[in-house]
Amino acid sequence: MTARVSLVIVSHSPGIARGTVDMVRQMVGDEIAVVGVGGRPDGSLGTDCPMIRAAIESVYSKAGVAVLVDLGGAETNSEMAIEQLPPAWADRVTICDAAIVEGAIMAATEAAAGADLDAVRRAAEEY
Amino acid sequence: MSDRTGRPQPVRAGCRRPFAPDPVRPARAVGLTADLLEAAARALLQAEDRLGVLDTAIGDGDHGRNMARGARAVAGIARDVVERPLPEALHRLGMTVVNSVGGAAGPLYGSCLLAMAQAAETEAPGRPIDPPMLARLWAAGVEAVKRRGRSDVGAKTMLDVLVPALAALSASPRLTAEAVRAAAEAGLAGTGPMRATKGRAAYLGDRSVGHLDPGAASAALIIERVIDAVEAGR
Ligand SMILES: [Mg+2]
Repeated sequence: MTARVSLVIVSHSPGIARGTVDMVRQMVGDEIAVVGVGGRPDGSLGTDCPMIRAAIESVYSKAGVAVLVDLGGAETNSEMAIEQLPPAWADRVTICDAAIVEGAIMAATEAAAGADLDAVRRAAEEY
Repeated sequence: MSDRTGRPQPVRAGCRRPFAPDPVRPARAVGLTADLLEAAARALLQAEDRLGVLDTAIGDGDHGRNMARGARAVAGIARDVVERPLPEALHRLGMTVVNSVGGAAGPLYGSCLLAMAQAAETEAPGRPIDPPMLARLWAAGVEAVKRRGRSDVGAKTMLDVLVPALAALSASPRLTAEAVRAAAEAGLAGTGPMRATKGRAAYLGDRSVGHLDPGAASAALIIERVIDAVEAGR
């Protein structure tokens, strides 16, 4: 099977990250790799750069990784996490400028259909 | 969420270049002292509640706690990091801040330090940090904050302190410590009447008016300690 785009869901809340992954799974099953990362290492609300980086690495695919974020810190911490990846990987990870739940569902359905990273991102952003 | 189209590429090289020990370079980050780092950390720890209260008013209330976590992490490596060449020291501080502070402030202060580390690489190794050099490093840091935050002065952020304080620092080749402190203080006070257009406070719109920005407050605290150190060192 050719590589599919993977998804990372980054929320300030572990519950939102988990719930969004559940909704994606219900839509597309196990066809693509999806991981949620929410909150800080101590379980409090927030975002944490090393946790996001580890999440991206855990689902990295040659086809790329689309990252869905909620509020400001999730976005900037995701940017920093991407910049810490090996350069060849960083180029294949993109943050979608989209609402986290709706964007994740749109991105997942595109990715499951075999779309490339750019098409996945556009699907999320154009929803 | 901010518009991502057409933004400049973020600085990348400084974030992942491993620093190999270089026998040619002097070993110490001349002018960057453990005293400075510890004083800044102490100031942030003492201000934890105040920063938290400011952020509760117009944000999510975590700024005091986040900066305190970063302060403890920085204090923990201070003695070690100042033994390294300045670019490496600043780079390690930046990574420590990014990985410990979290929230919105971690990437902003972290990017600032990482950009300062890159700028420090263009300085003569071992050069003591005088006001003009501090201004050059600071300018690189401020640009990185603008890029990372996709923001500028007037949006009720730390830039409303960082930018005027830098201008005061750059105005003269000799340190005018009082002018820099006054510019930082005035910048902080100026965030009160502003309407936030960036960060969590932007969701409040007009209701953000009348509160000082917590990021501007922490920036003013840090600047004060940096200026103290440069003043003491001259
Ligand atoms: Mg906050």
